Amino acid sequence: MTALAGEALELAEEHNAPQRRRRRVHGRWVLPLWGWLVLLWLFAPIGVMIVFGFNNYTGKFNTTWQGFSLKWYRHLFALSDLTTALENSLSIAAIVTVIATILGTFLGMALGKYRFRGAGSVNLLLFANIAAPEIVLGAALLSMFLTLGIPRGYWTIVIAHVMFSIAYVAVTVKARMAGMDPALEEAARDLGAGPVTTFFKVTLPMLMPGVLAGALLTFALSIDDYIITSFNNGNTQTFPLWVYGASQRNGGSVPAQVNVMGTLIFGFGVLVAVIGFAMNREKKVRDNG
Amino acid sequence: MGARLRARLAPYWLVLPAWLWLVIFFVVPTLIMLSVSTMTGNLLDGFKQTFHWSTYSDGWDAYHVQFVRSIVYGLVATVLCLVIAYPVAYWIAFRGGRHKSTLLFLLLLPFFVSFVIRTQSWNFILSDNGIVLSPLKHWHVLGKDYHVLQTPMAVVGGLVYNFLPFTVLPIYVALERVDPALLEASSDLYANKATAFTKVVLPLSMPGVFAAVLLTFVPVASDYVNATILGGPKTTMIGNIIQTEYFTNSDYPTAAALSFILMAALLIGVFAYARVLGTEDVLEMAAA
Repeated sequence: MTALAGEALELAEEHNAPQRRRRRVHGRWVLPLWGWLVLLWLFAPIGVMIVFGFNNYTGKFNTTWQGFSLKWYRHLFALSDLTTALENSLSIAAIVTVIATILGTFLGMALGKYRFRGAGSVNLLLFANIAAPEIVLGAALLSMFLTLGIPRGYWTIVIAHVMFSIAYVAVTVKARMAGMDPALEEAARDLGAGPVTTFFKVTLPMLMPGVLAGALLTFALSIDDYIITSFNNGNTQTFPLWVYGASQRNGGSVPAQVNVMGTLIFGFGVLVAVIGFAMNREKKVRDNG
Repeated sequence: MGARLRARLAPYWLVLPAWLWLVIFFVVPTLIMLSVSTMTGNLLDGFKQTFHWSTYSDGWDAYHVQFVRSIVYGLVATVLCLVIAYPVAYWIAFRGGRHKSTLLFLLLLPFFVSFVIRTQSWNFILSDNGIVLSPLKHWHVLGKDYHVLQTPMAVVGGLVYNFLPFTVLPIYVALERVDPALLEASSDLYANKATAFTKVVLPLSMPGVFAAVLLTFVPVASDYVNATILGGPKTTMIGNIIQTEYFTNSDYPTAAALSFILMAALLIGVFAYARVLGTEDVLEMAAA
């Protein structure tokens, strides 16, 4: 899905153009109004999350506004379970990203470059993996762990996350690989480069945008996953799991530290995206100029 | 000779690690789940394989209400997503001008925040005495007992909210590929704006709409987080039941059978859908 986001953004960049023929037509405001209303709706819960991270409340329920305070930012790590859960989420996402990106990249390269017996069945396997409902992926894995008596915890979460991420990396890399000119690799070999040198100096740099998109997608999927994780976590908590549990225990209210962590992650994401955006734009200007 | 053999084996070496991971942690577990679904027994004495297929019919008899509800919620949410998403995608693709990337980026921005937090935040916004309902009740716009949470409206609303980008993106990509020259051609041929839309833009965007339906319907119908956080006892979906059977009742065979029915129903639907449209296309649109 996020790979789709990447493609959408790329297309948008390519087609960013001053509007053609600005005619005054009756009802031109309807579409923009709809668009902005939808955006407002998408941002509503995030606005609430950010605001209530500054709420000066006492007691258990962060439900009514009681004045501005930065105390939750100062006591961000006061809840040790929550902090552990966040640390788990971050380290799991990092490990999963490394494993799934390597495995998925190899798979995508093979599918994009070679015609081989069995390629069809591998494609089918990827399609089934992407199309299968998350709850079924989680439940099937749980069935296996229960049957074999494998204790669930940190590493079963890693296994599950790698399992649902490989296909996304493979598909993004495959698309990139299929668009690559095979003559480049041949040229490298003609110039005396061995397979390893060819891979690191020619193939990998060309595939990099696809590999990076796949890695980012994997990180995002892993850190936000609830359903599959909830089936295979044992006693290990991740950030979404902890938030869900706290909300269930506490009548729908979560401690303000959750709001603050959400706000900081959101801010970090925005920062990374804006920097990427600016760099991309600068590159484009350089390339065109 | 050795080199040729190596070259022929190259794709297999590349495929092998990922293939093994998927077989061991996706295919084999699915088969084990199938086998568990026909076992009988209980947690204390253990489960034995007895090929007890009636777990399927019993499961269906006991929980068909939740199955049907999941499909209905899934369909309603998917249709709402399409209705909301299509104009937004159209707006960005055809009227975004210089701001296309920015608008698209704004659309994806909320998804930096974990979906559990955002759903939980909706619970807070819509709560009975929360920031929206409390003033409305105070001014007697709504009755004292009016509530949104625990109703199908809240659950479907949450589903639409959470899965909207899965609908917008494929439609946007399809619309972006429509050549503007075609629109000019249609207007040269005296088509008015409405005709140009129904005869040119809409048919050309259909692959995007199909991919959007696929990407939205499957996760929506099998979700249980929205039903738990925003719903009540009368809005439980099949996902909630599977979860309860595993973790509260420890009735693994029933849970496995229900998961299998869900997967079979959705996968058969998806494959039939993909067949009609060509597998590669849908796979590419869905996963790209």
